[in-house]
Amino acid sequence: MLKTFPKGGVHPADNKLSANVPIVYPEMLDNETYIIPVSQHLGKPAKVVVKRNDKVKVGTLIAEGDGFISANIHASVSGTVTKIDHQMDSSGYRRMAVSIRKTNDDWEEDIDRSEELVEEINFTAKEIIEKVKKAGVVGLGGATFPSYVKLMVPEGSKAEVLIVNGVECEPYLTADHRLMLEKGEELIIGIRILMKALEVDRAIIGIENNKEDAIEYLKDLCKNNTQISVEGLQVKYPQGGEKQLISALLKKEVPSGKIPVSIGAVVHNVGTVYSVYEAVQKNRPLIDRVVTVTGDSLAHPANYMARIGIPLNRLVALSGGFPEDTGKIISGGPMMGKALNSVDVPITKGTSGILLVADKEAKRRADYDACIRCVACVDVCPAGLEPYLLMTLGEKRLWERANDEDNMECIECGSCSYVCPSERPLLDYIRLSKTNILALKKEQLI
Amino acid sequence: MTSIILYTVITALSIGLFAAIILYIASVKFKVYEDPLIDEVESVLPATNCGGCGYPGCRPFAEATTKAKDLADLYCTVGGMEVMEEVADIVGLTPVEHEKMIAVLRCSGSDQARAKTTEYDGALNCTLAASTYSGESGCQYGCLGMGECVDVCDFNALHMDEVTGLPVVNEHNCTACNACVEVCPKNLFELRPLGPGKKHIRIYVACMNEEKGGVAKKACDVACIGCNKCVKVCEDEAIVVENFLAYIDFEKCTNCRKCVYECPTDAILDVNFPPRKAVNPNDAKRNAEKEAKKAAKDDINLMDRVKEPVKVSETINTKKN
Repeated sequence: MLKTFPKGGVHPADNKLSANVPIVYPEMLDNETYIIPVSQHLGKPAKVVVKRNDKVKVGTLIAEGDGFISANIHASVSGTVTKIDHQMDSSGYRRMAVSIRKTNDDWEEDIDRSEELVEEINFTAKEIIEKVKKAGVVGLGGATFPSYVKLMVPEGSKAEVLIVNGVECEPYLTADHRLMLEKGEELIIGIRILMKALEVDRAIIGIENNKEDAIEYLKDLCKNNTQISVEGLQVKYPQGGEKQLISALLKKEVPSGKIPVSIGAVVHNVGTVYSVYEAVQKNRPLIDRVVTVTGDSLAHPANYMARIGIPLNRLVALSGGFPEDTGKIISGGPMMGKALNSVDVPITKGTSGILLVADKEAKRRADYDACIRCVACVDVCPAGLEPYLLMTLGEKRLWERANDEDNMECIECGSCSYVCPSERPLLDYIRLSKTNILALKKEQLI
Repeated sequence: MTSIILYTVITALSIGLFAAIILYIASVKFKVYEDPLIDEVESVLPATNCGGCGYPGCRPFAEATTKAKDLADLYCTVGGMEVMEEVADIVGLTPVEHEKMIAVLRCSGSDQARAKTTEYDGALNCTLAASTYSGESGCQYGCLGMGECVDVCDFNALHMDEVTGLPVVNEHNCTACNACVEVCPKNLFELRPLGPGKKHIRIYVACMNEEKGGVAKKACDVACIGCNKCVKVCEDEAIVVENFLAYIDFEKCTNCRKCVYECPTDAILDVNFPPRKAVNPNDAKRNAEKEAKKAAKDDINLMDRVKEPVKVSETINTKKN
């Protein structure tokens, strides 16, 4: 029997349309403008360090991380800075961004562009963390938390095991799957680098069982390595959640309000691990990521190694253009992704996929029915909450009560809204309570 | 038989007496002195517990008045001067007159002035919508029109206008309790003086758009574009433009209405004024332009753009470049 997390979970149809399509490297067009937002990570926006009309190369620092939780932003193309202004991005707001018009293909000199695999790790833990920080690597699973912060184990805790998240439990998305198949060797070196940085001697790669080829391939790669093991997991959403993956693999629960390292686990997504390899061994900053472009009516669902800042339009065009029946464009997967309000947004570090949903599936009902107390939401909640109750408290604006009912423990996986027979917007109201509780906590009223 | 009744009565009486003695001792020993004035003040307050005075409710406000040395900072916005005079009588202080305030909505981006670019179908709550994206129109500073302010108003002073999709403040009912100011995620409400005269005239900039003029105007016909024309025409130096957005300081404004005529986008509202006498010569031309633009804008929405033929001239290339 394969492992999985004990509480809750749902089984949406996985629809991995692009699982067998190799990663495509889109051709870089001259005179195309790349929009690179300075806030692509969790934490403070980076500070712009270039000026208008500056010439930049691929890998040039264009915005510097501001504060402890922040990340560097690098130019993903070489050309001229045409605009430093507010631009619409996937957050749904116009925010500060640097626009670069591609004119040539110059790279910063210290970047190693060869395809050669660099196996030997010649750096100390400190040097690795410094390199990861410099390269602006953030968690590519979706939360975009600066990776170097996760590598600095706080005093009083000790990392014991590195967990590599190759679960990809979101339906439709195949970016991590393809990366594991095509960049497996780099991944294993990346894992060794992270193990050295964290000073741990054990690593587990967790992969859901619907990606058997990836499990086989990685198992084969680590057969001579006793420290790294590959674990196949039952298919269940939201297994890719950090806390769910830890409880699936280690049978241990992260205490409420604590970070995973408090029980000795550090979790990194496979995409992040690959970026760490590139950053440490090749000096290549985080300038591209794998993006799945998919949708039921899309002509060619595919995975792209997309440079940060490439227009969303361009990738969809490569996949055959917007289908006639497009009703909603989602950044990310169908469960946790976010609908976009503009088609002119760039791909950022947090964009794991672009999902085009057909008109007839996109619309939510304008009105919803009363709660019939079937507790389907309670059964599926992986955090062990009572979503029906939290929604009522949110509707009645009882933030303190919601906080007492552990509203903040919600991981926003959306399983409750997915199963609700009355189609109630459960997660929406839980999020609303979260926003208000955070505001109250900031004023120290609760 | 009688003896049973007798014993029962005696037992009940003695338990009662014993309990009474304990209660009496407790009431003397644990007595908390409370100023009798607090009750008196509370009885004249409107008992709405709206929090407009800055205190959590009417009783905490009553407590504050009995402890205060003067009433300069204490004012019941609901009861107004009438109630404050009664309160002042009770606590023996002189009431301080405060100007009557009213909440104003600093957005006039009605459904007619702002073309919709997207459609929202999540839970109808402004705070929630604001945490997800910028709004259904191209303006990310404007009203979302889901009426969370109406939900929190305890005085029935707000309602949603079905035609414009914006909330409307009822002058008579608004008590300036601050509830809508606090709840609006776009920070669109501001408390401003009700205004002088019988009709309560007032002028304010009904826009919060901090984008550059071009971007703001593209999103909304009545946006403040930060052109500084109002600043130049204002003789009282009451207007400042910051981040391409004008703000009228109500303490300096003399309601001369010059800025209202000057504003090229009609972003400055004059409330309760008689109809304009002098007609601005630019008006006719401007209106014609506006009509033409609106007609063009009606056709644009996200889906139309999506359906535009997309360039598929590029071939898929699996080689790393």
